[in-house]
Amino acid sequence: MHARLIHHFLQCLLIAICVTVTMLATDLKAADGLRAMVDALGGGNFQQNQKQVEALAGTGDPKVVPALEALAAGDLYQRKADGVVFIVRPAGGNFTLVDALTGEAGGEVPKAALEKIKVNNGLRRAIRSALGGLTLMSPDAGVRLKAASTILRAPSADALEGLDAALAAEKDGAVKAVLEQARAASVLVSNRPADEKKAAVATVVKTGGREALSLLSAALSSADESLRPDIEAGIDQIEDQLALWAAGQNIWYGLSLGSVLLLAAIGLAITFGVMGIINMAHGEMVMLGAYTTFVVQQVIRTSFPGLFDWSLAIALPLAFLVTGAVGLVIERGIIRFLYGRPLETLLSTWGVSLILQQAVRSIFGPTNQEVGNPSWMSGAFELGGLTITWNRMWIIVFSLAVFASLLFLLKKTPMGLQMRAVTQNRRMAASMGIRTPWIDALTFALGSGIAGIAGVALSQIDNVSPNLGQGYIIDSFMVVVFGGVGNLWGTLVGAFTLGILNKVLEPYAGAVLGKILVLVLIILFIQKRPRGLFALKGRAVEA
Amino acid sequence: MITSFVLKALDRNIVVVAALLLALAALVPALNLLTAPDHALHVPTYIVSLTGKYLTYALLALALDLVWGFCGILSLGHAAFFALGGYAMGMYLMRQIGARGSYGNPLLPDFMVFLNWKELPWFWYGFDMFWFAALMAVLVPGLLAFVFGWFAFRSRVNGVYLSIITQAMTFALLLAFFRNDMGFGGNNGLTDFKDILGFNIQSDGTRSALFAASAVALALSLVIASGIVRSKYGKVLAGVRDAESRTRFLGYRVEHVKLFAFTVSAMMAGVAGALYVPQVGIINPGEFEPANSIEVVIWTAVGGRGTLIGPIVGAILVNGGKSIFTAAFPEFWLFALGGLFILVTLFLPKGIVGTARHAVERCREHGRARKAEEAHAHTAEPQAAE
Repeated sequence: MHARLIHHFLQCLLIAICVTVTMLATDLKAADGLRAMVDALGGGNFQQNQKQVEALAGTGDPKVVPALEALAAGDLYQRKADGVVFIVRPAGGNFTLVDALTGEAGGEVPKAALEKIKVNNGLRRAIRSALGGLTLMSPDAGVRLKAASTILRAPSADALEGLDAALAAEKDGAVKAVLEQARAASVLVSNRPADEKKAAVATVVKTGGREALSLLSAALSSADESLRPDIEAGIDQIEDQLALWAAGQNIWYGLSLGSVLLLAAIGLAITFGVMGIINMAHGEMVMLGAYTTFVVQQVIRTSFPGLFDWSLAIALPLAFLVTGAVGLVIERGIIRFLYGRPLETLLSTWGVSLILQQAVRSIFGPTNQEVGNPSWMSGAFELGGLTITWNRMWIIVFSLAVFASLLFLLKKTPMGLQMRAVTQNRRMAASMGIRTPWIDALTFALGSGIAGIAGVALSQIDNVSPNLGQGYIIDSFMVVVFGGVGNLWGTLVGAFTLGILNKVLEPYAGAVLGKILVLVLIILFIQKRPRGLFALKGRAVEA
Repeated sequence: MITSFVLKALDRNIVVVAALLLALAALVPALNLLTAPDHALHVPTYIVSLTGKYLTYALLALALDLVWGFCGILSLGHAAFFALGGYAMGMYLMRQIGARGSYGNPLLPDFMVFLNWKELPWFWYGFDMFWFAALMAVLVPGLLAFVFGWFAFRSRVNGVYLSIITQAMTFALLLAFFRNDMGFGGNNGLTDFKDILGFNIQSDGTRSALFAASAVALALSLVIASGIVRSKYGKVLAGVRDAESRTRFLGYRVEHVKLFAFTVSAMMAGVAGALYVPQVGIINPGEFEPANSIEVVIWTAVGGRGTLIGPIVGAILVNGGKSIFTAAFPEFWLFALGGLFILVTLFLPKGIVGTARHAVERCREHGRARKAEEAHAHTAEPQAAE
């Protein structure tokens, strides 16, 4: 029994060894063949090398990819002594040799011992399509996807065979879809029969986008009669799609502008909307918030460079405190003597704004200060046909978050209750034991603090200069008046309506005329609804 | 009727100020033109132009006081009327340049040649005649104010809302005049003027004449404004300011009352702008800045809202201070101006003239009361003796 088992085991082992050895041997042989082919690149002229590249591509072996890439980049050299081809990396005055197939390091040699293998554009093109074909078969799905997209962007009839082979082998759905699109694009530029092209047109149309459009337009000029209607219909369809995406992009810009307006106006919705103070120094609170961000970043740059990504998170509470404190001082020092005289608050706060501007100008200088974007706020991503930058994206999110927390504060907390009570009926609130002067001061400080927070966000997209606030003050008043004084929801709707309206008008009327139109519309709208979109009703209005 | 209007208008203060202005109109040009440059009383030409500019500012502030002080309309767009008047005059001065521009085009102003325009836009027709430009300097602001006010007052837009939409109006005009396509010189505005009514605009004589014209216009406007606020209509105006709803319930058409004051005020502002432009030599869209309108409000508040004389005093003081301070301590000026606004609103809510008048009245009342007391004592003594 045992002997038989052992015998069996040995037999299996032997077979396994044999198989491995043969495989190794063929592998080695193949590698030998490859090495010869790579070395052959050294001696040939451009035409011969082009053939060599095609032959290398024909092996379908991913090992040749680094060598081809190096050739395209001009990093492939031949050793003069024995004609062996290496990839080289510059190391001081010498070159470090890297084996073209295995990637093993092969020591340093002086430059004079090597000769560069020259490339021209024809050769580069051959390499590119060869690489496309080779990487299409790569075991890594990411590499395959990248290869397929490369072909899709620059389709050629030569790539068709590789694509067909790759399509037959492809299992991954996402890669397969791109492969099919690439194949359709390649069919369009090839001289395949019309019915095949027809199917290709359909696939290209489904892909959509500006590249598909240019591909179809190029195909239209050379297409024969039977194909024309298909292509024309396809072009129309893609153009419609693109117009839709462009409209979407405009609305996105509008949302982005709306969020900026909301941020700028929301503090004013408290000081002007709720308290009735025409706070012309509101813009300067935004400016102070932006300068707080600048100072925080400056400290971080000099002392704690590692914390830069956290700079905004650190600046937010600081800006709130700084501007809130300034607001508190303004209220206690000036505004509390002016309640019931709204038009005179305009004058005194305008004076405050001039002083704050000049103070900042004297301290920091009149020029723009550099405020950096943390890494998570820079860059952009694509969503369908939309390009969305991260900073705009975060500012929208942030403005909504600020809005939500302010709403919560006003509607759900004791402090908010007292604030609303004081603004609705001051004497009654005082009779109920609310310290109205204290609440006034806190409300004004809250509005100012929120303006400061807005300044932190706006420092990311605007120039931080002493005039920063001036740019926002008129827009902010428009938003609050348009939305309806004393109503936070009105400010939200007003900001986004004006933002989107502005950006939708812009492509037709131009930026300046669009803005003028919006202003005229606001003036007309106020005639129709003198108290804004969401007017307060009841006794509080007359008070 | 007109005589009674004028007679009513002329209370003592108004007469004094108007007479002072007329005297200035004669004296300053005389001192500029008739004395030698090294004479102790000589007024240099740049001072003539500078004070002439202040007088146009004073006229603008007076116009604002008519609506803000007497009707309660805080317009944050008065600079727009001022600038429109200025543009009307600027267009006339532009046409007067004729072929002397850098491009030598007899018909088109330089900026139009630069923009490759082939013919004059229709709205530039007629501006080669002075009377037409002068008429437009009054009519265009008046018409804008009439249309704007017609809609705003009818819809009962008032208080803060009205202030904000007047600000929107001037901001929209600012953006519009910045556009090259508008045909008003875009960013650079209108400048490089050569002469006015055939006289060289740079010469001392013209400068003095413009100064005199500004002073006379200001004196005239002061009398007109005073006549308005002292007439029966002026009483209704004050009624609208103090209790709009009650005035309406009494049967007055509040919107008509307001509209009249607003339109007249805008016309005065237009005149001020038309006198301003030849003296400073340029008009550009910057004049439409909302900040400028707010500054006018400040002058009026500093001098004393609702006093007619106050705005004149305020405009001259603030602008004089600005000229001195910006030259001497440029950093300090905005602090001073900002502080001034705060202090005036807190401690001088009636402004300089208002407070002074109040003090004088109190003094007089005090004196009267003492006199009455003395008289009483005199009459009482014999009584006691009886």
